[in-house]
Amino acid sequence: MNGPAEQGPPLPDDENGTPRIPPPRRAADDIERLPSPEPVPQPVVRSHAVLKSLLGAWALTACSAEETEAVEAHLTECAPCADEALRLRDAVGLLHTDRSLDLDPLLRSRVLENCLGRRPARIPVPDWASAYDAEAARLDALLNDFGDAEWHAPVRLKWFEREQQVNRKTTVAGVIGHLMAVDGLVAAALGLDDPAGSGLPSGPTARTEAFWTSTRFPLTRAVREPWREQTHTLIRTVSFAGRGAAELAVPYGDFALPLQDALLDRAFECWIHAGDIAEAVDYPYDAPSGTHLHRMIDLAARILPDALAARRRAGLAPPPRQLVAAGAPGRSLRLEIEGAGGGVWHIALDSPAAVGSPDHEVAHIALDGVEFCRLAAGHVPPEDAAAGRLGDREAIRDVLLATASLSRL
Amino acid sequence: MSCTTGFASLVHSLAHRVLGEDSAADQITREVFGYVWENPDAYDPKQGSMRSWVAKLTQRQAVLRLRQAEAAQYAEHGGGSTEELEAKVRRATAAARADYIVTSMPAPLRQALELAYHQRRDYRQAAADLAISEDEARRRLRLGLQLLSTANTRPPEGSSPPGYGRAL
Repeated sequence: MNGPAEQGPPLPDDENGTPRIPPPRRAADDIERLPSPEPVPQPVVRSHAVLKSLLGAWALTACSAEETEAVEAHLTECAPCADEALRLRDAVGLLHTDRSLDLDPLLRSRVLENCLGRRPARIPVPDWASAYDAEAARLDALLNDFGDAEWHAPVRLKWFEREQQVNRKTTVAGVIGHLMAVDGLVAAALGLDDPAGSGLPSGPTARTEAFWTSTRFPLTRAVREPWREQTHTLIRTVSFAGRGAAELAVPYGDFALPLQDALLDRAFECWIHAGDIAEAVDYPYDAPSGTHLHRMIDLAARILPDALAARRRAGLAPPPRQLVAAGAPGRSLRLEIEGAGGGVWHIALDSPAAVGSPDHEVAHIALDGVEFCRLAAGHVPPEDAAAGRLGDREAIRDVLLATASLSRL
Repeated sequence: MSCTTGFASLVHSLAHRVLGEDSAADQITREVFGYVWENPDAYDPKQGSMRSWVAKLTQRQAVLRLRQAEAAQYAEHGGGSTEELEAKVRRATAAARADYIVTSMPAPLRQALELAYHQRRDYRQAAADLAISEDEARRRLRLGLQLLSTANTRPPEGSSPPGYGRAL
């Protein structure tokens, strides 16, 4: 440590012989106002705080020689500052002369080429198609690790028909074939080629059966590529078609859905069957993101009044209790979905033409979003669905049964 | 396309810092953008900015490539220990993190560092150049280096490196 006596303005050359920049000037106006006959060089006493504030400039050799010396003197007696000084000096070593940030133009075109080769040019996927995009990608990722054993693993598909749970045995490859055949309904509505073959019937179940019997040998892993290719083609096509295509009707045999709902339905099926596959080979599989789950539940809630009406037409449910003018609020069941993707829906009970309304609520059920979806997929019998139930028991039973009736192969 | 043009130089320079050569950095750039392109849903905005996510992907990929290259070299020529390889990986990682930190730190800090380091201005001149007080110039230089120095700290296993937002 330097004694005060040694600390005058440093000489132009210090002991290392390094030329130093001149010491800071005394403020000129001070000197003018107070002319001192003999300006005695007083050592500037700096506080710890000031010395600490100089550490950055010191590490970058961006302070005056006199400040440098003062900082270095301080470092010998202040451990925290010495630590910091060392760290900041090391950090300076990480700075480097920037290379040009402009990319080689050839590289840019190679990057783009590479991207375009891997995935079709990506104009934004419409919001309403994003669930399908995500679910197809998740299933594809699941299939990634599968060997022949997994592809041929038995899978039991379950759904609800005529008030009972039914099932059908197939393999993992068979499930992918089923998804591909039914996706073909959407492809057909968009005027695309059908990888499952031409001339297939138009209902989802009939299509699947026809496709399964049309392949002479059991399906193998070879089905993955055409399935995947079709999902990409669908996404690319609806992306290019844009907003206007959302309402395009997709015929499902005995009913039709607007394209945006059809893709939600396909996303739902893709998730449910991916879950069937994962269960068959004992892999974990997550539920869709909350946003996507919400849309799937919303679709089911919107279709429920039609499903209730279909049950009445089939004589499975009693006639409507109260008919109201089309568009007017009618007796409603409050469907409260908990968990990610949840929300509250009011289901019109007596007619698809009526509007669900909280003011006409006669019953209330509450259940978890994934449980509701499993019910709608026919994976949980309505009587076993873990639902909180309150109010008109007949309405509750009808809605639970109608939800299960949304399921199919 | 916007993500490619916006991040390509970041990805390329980070990869170059880790691998030290152009052709390997080109390759990493293509791989990273290929991945981003194919997996648009992999990015989760809740985990930090797109930029930090891309930086993290790049670093992971480049370090992986560096390990592979070193292992191949070891197999061919012998020599080199695990410790040496780890030290090399650490240096390369710190360098890449530092680059990232410099490009993403607040502009006032970056400008001050730029003047002091690249243009060799002292802090008084830098203060004049930036029309700020000398106190402020000292503060910016110190803060800028403090941020930069976090690139040298070795993150505990499993946590994300400083400067890249939260862990995945």
